[in-house]
Amino acid sequence: MSDPTPLRLHVPEPTGRPGRETDFSYLHVSKAGEVRRPPVDATPAATSELAWQLVRVLDDGGRAVGPWAPDADPALLKRGLAAMMKTRIFDARMLIAQRQKKMSFYMQCLGEEAIAVAHAFALAPGDMCFPTYRQQGLLLARGDVPMVEMICQLLSNERDPMKGRQLPVMYSYRRAGFFSISGNLATQFIQAVGWAMASAIKGDTRIASGWIGDGATAEADFHTALTFAHVYRAPVILNVVNNQWAISTFQAIAGGEATTFAARGVGCGIASLRVDGNDFLAVLAASRWAAERARRNLGPTLIEWVTYRAGAHSTSDDPSKYRPDDDAKRFPLGDPIARLKQHLLGLGAWSDAEHEATQAKLQAEVLAAQKEAERSGTLGDGRIPGPETMFEDVYEAMPPHLVDQRRQALSSLPRAGEG
Amino acid sequence: MNDTSALTPASSRSESGSGVPMTMIQALRSAIDVMLGRDPNVVVFGQDVGYFGGVFRVTEGLQAKYGKQRVFDAPINEGGIVGAAIGMGAYGLRPVIEIQFADYFYPASDQIVSEAARLRYRSAGDFTAPITMRMPCGGGIYGGQTHSQSPEALFTHVCGIRTVMPSNPYDAKGLLIASIENDDPVIFLEPKRLYNGPFDGHHERPVVSWARHPLGLVPEGHYTVPLESASVYRNGSDLTVLAYGTMVFVCEAAATETGIDAEIIDLRSLWPLDLGTLIASVKKTGRCVVVHEATRTSGFGAELAALVQEHCFYHLEVPIERVTGWDTPYPHAQEWAYFPGPDRVGAAFRRAMEP
Repeated sequence: MSDPTPLRLHVPEPTGRPGRETDFSYLHVSKAGEVRRPPVDATPAATSELAWQLVRVLDDGGRAVGPWAPDADPALLKRGLAAMMKTRIFDARMLIAQRQKKMSFYMQCLGEEAIAVAHAFALAPGDMCFPTYRQQGLLLARGDVPMVEMICQLLSNERDPMKGRQLPVMYSYRRAGFFSISGNLATQFIQAVGWAMASAIKGDTRIASGWIGDGATAEADFHTALTFAHVYRAPVILNVVNNQWAISTFQAIAGGEATTFAARGVGCGIASLRVDGNDFLAVLAASRWAAERARRNLGPTLIEWVTYRAGAHSTSDDPSKYRPDDDAKRFPLGDPIARLKQHLLGLGAWSDAEHEATQAKLQAEVLAAQKEAERSGTLGDGRIPGPETMFEDVYEAMPPHLVDQRRQALSSLPRAGEG
Repeated sequence: MNDTSALTPASSRSESGSGVPMTMIQALRSAIDVMLGRDPNVVVFGQDVGYFGGVFRVTEGLQAKYGKQRVFDAPINEGGIVGAAIGMGAYGLRPVIEIQFADYFYPASDQIVSEAARLRYRSAGDFTAPITMRMPCGGGIYGGQTHSQSPEALFTHVCGIRTVMPSNPYDAKGLLIASIENDDPVIFLEPKRLYNGPFDGHHERPVVSWARHPLGLVPEGHYTVPLESASVYRNGSDLTVLAYGTMVFVCEAAATETGIDAEIIDLRSLWPLDLGTLIASVKKTGRCVVVHEATRTSGFGAELAALVQEHCFYHLEVPIERVTGWDTPYPHAQEWAYFPGPDRVGAAFRRAMEP
């Protein structure tokens, strides 16, 4: 026997770092149109190889090809394009507002707009999303929540529907099927499954859609959600947005090296797809497939959306410290807005002039909403919900100790008097 | 706080004149049965609670009666049980979940502390978590360090949840119904040594059943014992005892054995708390002993002692005494050296009566 080799710990690394180009061959990108589309009533096991491929519809020329090409008329696609553009413009304006100290913090979804926007188009009224902090596209695509209201939340001002309690972007819109964002990662994934279980218990027709990032799949709640979704065949879509980065941590540290996040679903007995998240048509088609499975009581679907976080994690992050500056440009799946625009131009349903006019119109809309929101104050100018509101909603009815503490806070008395 | 008017005449003995004899297990089952029958949004799940009816048999027969859509088994995953319940609550259901032993809640900590407790607050009332989390707790059954814990202080420290612990079948049923009907998340701790009788700490004596105890008479239908209401379990004039769960009966035994006329307040709701009843009693007696089974340091007794000191300082004749479990893990073979029994409580009573 030879001498044993000393053991060595494997710590995954991205192929690229500042000053060294990323080798994106690790992504295993399928050709557009080449991945088969199983029937919606396929068994989970019959989706096994799809978890290792990449469902893509738009080819390099912007044509929709293959079995996943959805039935979507140009009017819907134009609405999708406009919603993605609106999301990007909204993010850009809010980043500036954060730099101007009008809000404490912001998180953009640059480069990932297709996922939330196209997914929203595949859901029905009454369905409930359990989002993370990068799915603002779900709200902006639907348009039933005024941007002014969203911006008041971001500004933590007197009209903030969250009464100043939550970090910017942690929206909650039950009426728009958008569950309260926690900020604690992964917790919402099992809650989405619970909501879906409740819908099934009640014989309802509504479904849930849970969201998580590649990094947070390492949390126990991710695996918990998969187990419960499988056990109870819950009507839920389990979305994993793999944007390659969790702050500075490459997705291999979350467990994505030499496997896929979609493969986790297959291992749990859940139908699973791995999809080009920058391809609006692929997102729409896969979301519809999963939604139909859920609505027909065929159980959950896990979808790994492969995309790239083109911006910083948040306004508190500087990605130039840990990844190459040109990564987003070199990412092989391109930009979702440019790709859908190219497709619509190819169909003859869109023009550069329309695109520019839409861009200008949306910029004006966002700016107008921001101005109106700022009339109710900003965190920077101190027009925020009063301190008395911080004692509300801890319990349904305020218990005596909080009544007492509120009185102390408002009168600045140091402590309760001798009773 | 000027809350002295709030002395709650909450001794539940007067309310329990009619009823049928039940153990605490039967009373808890009756509460869940009543609520499953009354409210189609109540669902029950947890480990072993379905077909089998739970390791303590609290849910026995309920799956057969209400079906698998309402009462079902869950995977061994406490975080998942609580997380799924939060999602169900967001949908509009009213889940009643069982954590098999309170010692096992820790994997669910994030879902309880960061999610259920703060959902109403962080969403400004857009979503709520009207869930009841049942957890058998406490020692005295040779459960060792993983089946004996009393983690109530870990919950009372968290704003947004309610922590409740009954000491008898009548209160157990009324408090559980009140908890299920409440729109806040409730931690419902069940002292498992009391499941089958009012255990007073004399482990060497034969087991006493609930059948001969007035609080073992439980109405079969719907009633509630209000949350945030303490009970004056035993009227007395010498000193005030603040206790809950198993310690109520240990303190009763200590009072009998020492001849000290202790007024025993059974807190029932630990937090939010019925402070008025506590204050009124301590002002009356001028002496206070705090007793719990959980470990001492940063235990709930520390909060109680601080509250009594803040509100009753000028009425206190002697320092406040604490009797608790030792600051060690709950041992197995040495259980009765750990358990704060009537001798330790009685000694504290005597110290508190020194002039």
